[in-house]
Amino acid sequence: MTKPAVPSSQGGAASGWRGIVADWSSDQRSFKTASWGKVMMWVFLLSDTFIFGCFLLSYMTARLSTTAPWPNASEVFSLEIAGQHMPLLLIAIMTFVLITSSGTMAMAVNFGYRRQRRKTALLLLLTAGLGVMFVGMQAFEWSKLIAEGVRPWENPFGAPQFGAIFFMVTGFHGTHVSIGVIFLLVIARKVWRGDFDTGRPGFFTTRRGRYESVEIMGLYWHFVDLVWVFIFAFFYLW
Amino acid sequence: MSHSATAAPPASSHEENQQHPIRLYLVVWAWLFILSLGSYLVDIVQFQGLLRWSLIVTLMLLKAGLIVSIFMHMRWERLALSYAILVPPVLLLVFVMIMTLEANHTQLTRMLFLNGGT
Repeated sequence: MTKPAVPSSQGGAASGWRGIVADWSSDQRSFKTASWGKVMMWVFLLSDTFIFGCFLLSYMTARLSTTAPWPNASEVFSLEIAGQHMPLLLIAIMTFVLITSSGTMAMAVNFGYRRQRRKTALLLLLTAGLGVMFVGMQAFEWSKLIAEGVRPWENPFGAPQFGAIFFMVTGFHGTHVSIGVIFLLVIARKVWRGDFDTGRPGFFTTRRGRYESVEIMGLYWHFVDLVWVFIFAFFYLW
Repeated sequence: MSHSATAAPPASSHEENQQHPIRLYLVVWAWLFILSLGSYLVDIVQFQGLLRWSLIVTLMLLKAGLIVSIFMHMRWERLALSYAILVPPVLLLVFVMIMTLEANHTQLTRMLFLNGGT
């Protein structure tokens, strides 16, 4: 496995503001220690941040400008279990599932760099499984709300904008989780087969993969968890 | 992103392959659980008003900080990358201010001119 040549090592490079200016004004490469693939993923995630930022902003605008009372999320998303009224229970479980999947993902990255192929693949599969669980619970939540009469244009609880915002924001996030699961399964297969040890060319790009692919995959997955942190705070708790 | 509350890892020299002890991830994982439980409790206990909002935002930012800095390894990247990624989202706050003004204005006109508004 070969790493791209790094012009200047971390040790010799300047730090702080001088380091930023030096890195950005240097020839050819501004990001000295991050590889091309990692930087591209970060830039993609930054653009995705703006997409979700705009969703949450439109939610804020709709909620601030409506004259009808906003539905109480704590009540709307409550569950009745054995006669017990549990506010937000399902959402809390979904949060814990996603956080756990982030933990297993971080460990998969770690074992990948230790070249423990099987452990990495199994942790990736576990992460994917938790992701499927999350999407499954979201599907349950959607069906429950649809059965209760929530539509993008109306709902029995209050401001009609609630449905549109709910389906749009959680739907987009759920799509991200689903794509992440597919992405995880692809990477898990490659790790299991030893592609990153043998340098087997990828089926689409024909570039040789490295264990860094697992970390780049991890960046995406952690980002999905990160977005949920904000959705949980602003949409479900606020 | 400066969150030093959790067990600080030995700030070893940056390696191209992000290599950190597994224990660090488990500690962060535990903290994320605790913080999530905290934000869930905000709803269970039914805190209201400023206390509720400040708790929600604080817990949210702590969780986001842990995920970005440790799980996504931002802590160990060079500042040139960290600033390039973390500074632009701050612009969203300007957008928030603009849309707050806009939304308040919309609400005012709705209350003045629509029958539904009272």
